[in-house]
Order: sequence, then structure tokens, then C-alpha cells
Amino acid sequence: MVLDPAFVGRCYPGAGTYQVGREKIREFADAIGDGNPAYRNPQAAQALGYADVIAPPTFAIILALRAQEKLIHDPQLGLDYSRLVHGSQSFTHHRPITAGDELAATLHVESIRAMAGNDMLTVRCEITDCAGAPVTTARSMLVIRAADA
Amino acid sequence: MSRRRCAEVAEGDELPTLRVRLTRADLVRYAGASGDFNPIHWSDRAARDAGLPDVIAHGMLTMALATRLVTTWAGDPGAVVDCAVRFTRPVVVPDDTGGALIEFSGKVTKRRDDRTVVVAITARAAGQTVLSQATATVELH
Repeated sequence: MVLDPAFVGRCYPGAGTYQVGREKIREFADAIGDGNPAYRNPQAAQALGYADVIAPPTFAIILALRAQEKLIHDPQLGLDYSRLVHGSQSFTHHRPITAGDELAATLHVESIRAMAGNDMLTVRCEITDCAGAPVTTARSMLVIRAADA
Repeated sequence: MSRRRCAEVAEGDELPTLRVRLTRADLVRYAGASGDFNPIHWSDRAARDAGLPDVIAHGMLTMALATRLVTTWAGDPGAVVDCAVRFTRPVVVPDDTGGALIEFSGKVTKRRDDRTVVVAITARAAGQTVLSQATATVELH
């Protein structure tokens, strides 16, 4: 195993909060080719019962990636970024991420396992609002492919 | 636009198919929007050095499109309370005008008493499935 298993159980509170803006949501929706008015038009989102435009379900990856950065690049972990591939991903939304939200993200290292020569790192990102209420749980399994023999 | 009613949905219902063609420009745009600048998604050299046949799409872009299939069907994107995928094969995106075509289909596999339904999603590119265990849980009205 390349990765240091001592990292399991560690927790990385995010540096600062993330301010969710209408234009970032629109940019993300454009990038996934989704013209849904709930991502673009506050009146359309309000008609669905939201305070402002909401974000697509996978928008939370922006926060999860930011929360992962410190861990991934920690030299003690021993992760070779060039061999990293995404194994699996899930999101559980307690409510939709909404423009105007100020969110905090904390990363938890859930497991490190070796399988068929590859290392598998599972992390969980807990996203909360400024009052600490849960918004989204994002779980990522990252595969670090074995070096070529 | 409104949230789909559970009463109108039955197990076995199929969602309208979604076909998306991805080019290199789409990968660059997604890199900027998501903040995932891993060079295997835009540099031939980095992809080759990583042992890949060519530049590949972000797995998260494929997942976003798979989820789009469900949010469009649900009417209200906030109805998708849970989504999960496994990335089984990379989507190779050549540097040409055609890019890569991905086809998404979905089927309602569960309809619960609490008006939530589970949709199983299939994603295929170049004749092969690129996601497995791809599901979305949707809270309908």
C-alpha cells in the first residue's frame, strides 16, 4: 500500500466559507449544458418554493474538491496525483444548495484500502450552512492506480 | 415547470433518453466551472503519461449529465435528494469536431409509499457502459 493508513479518521475543517452566487450556479449549469430555469431565473426557482436559484445536484463537487485539496497534496499521505482516478461518487442533499448560501465544508477520511494493487481512498465531505445545519453529504472514492510494473 | 407527481409514476417507467456530444471545449469549460484542473482532462501529454489512450472526460461531468436526465424528468431539480455512481470506464474525448457521444437512459426501479422513487441510470459511450450502480432518489409530490 502506497498511502499511509494512519490518515483514516482524520478530519480537515475547510479554510473559510464558500459564498454561493447566482452567476457561479449559472456557469456550472452552462458547463453541464442544462438550461433548467431553476438554475437561472430567481422567479422560476421561487415558483418551486425556493428562496433563490438552486444549484444542480452535482454542484457540491466544487466544495468537495476544495475540501480535499489539503489532504491530496499532503506529502505525508504519499498520493501520486498523476495516478489518481475517480472511482465513485455520491451526494445526499438535505436541501438544495441555494444562491446566497454561505457554506462550510469539513472533510473526513473514511477509509484507505488496497485492492488489486491499487489504493482506494474514501473521503466524506460534510457541507453545512452558517448555522451548522447539514446541507449536503458528498462521498468520494478515489483510486490511486498502481505504478506500472 | 413543477415537480412531477408520484401518482403519475410507476415502477418500470422509462425516462426520455438523453444524448450528449462532448468535445474538448466542453471539458475545458467544465474544468473551469468545477475547479477540477487535472490535466488528463485537457492535455494529450498528461493523458499519455498517465497511461490513458487519450484525454478523458471528467467523471463528474458524466455524473452531472446522468443527473440532468433525472432533474429534467423530475421537473424540479431540488427533488433529487440522493445520487450515486461508480465510474467503470473512462469516456475518451478525441481532439476532433465529433468528440464523444454519451447516451443516458433511466428507469424507475422503486416507488415507495413516502412518494420517493429510485431511478437507475445507464450511460453508454462508444458501445460500452461508462457508469455502474448509477442511481438517483427523487422526492416527488
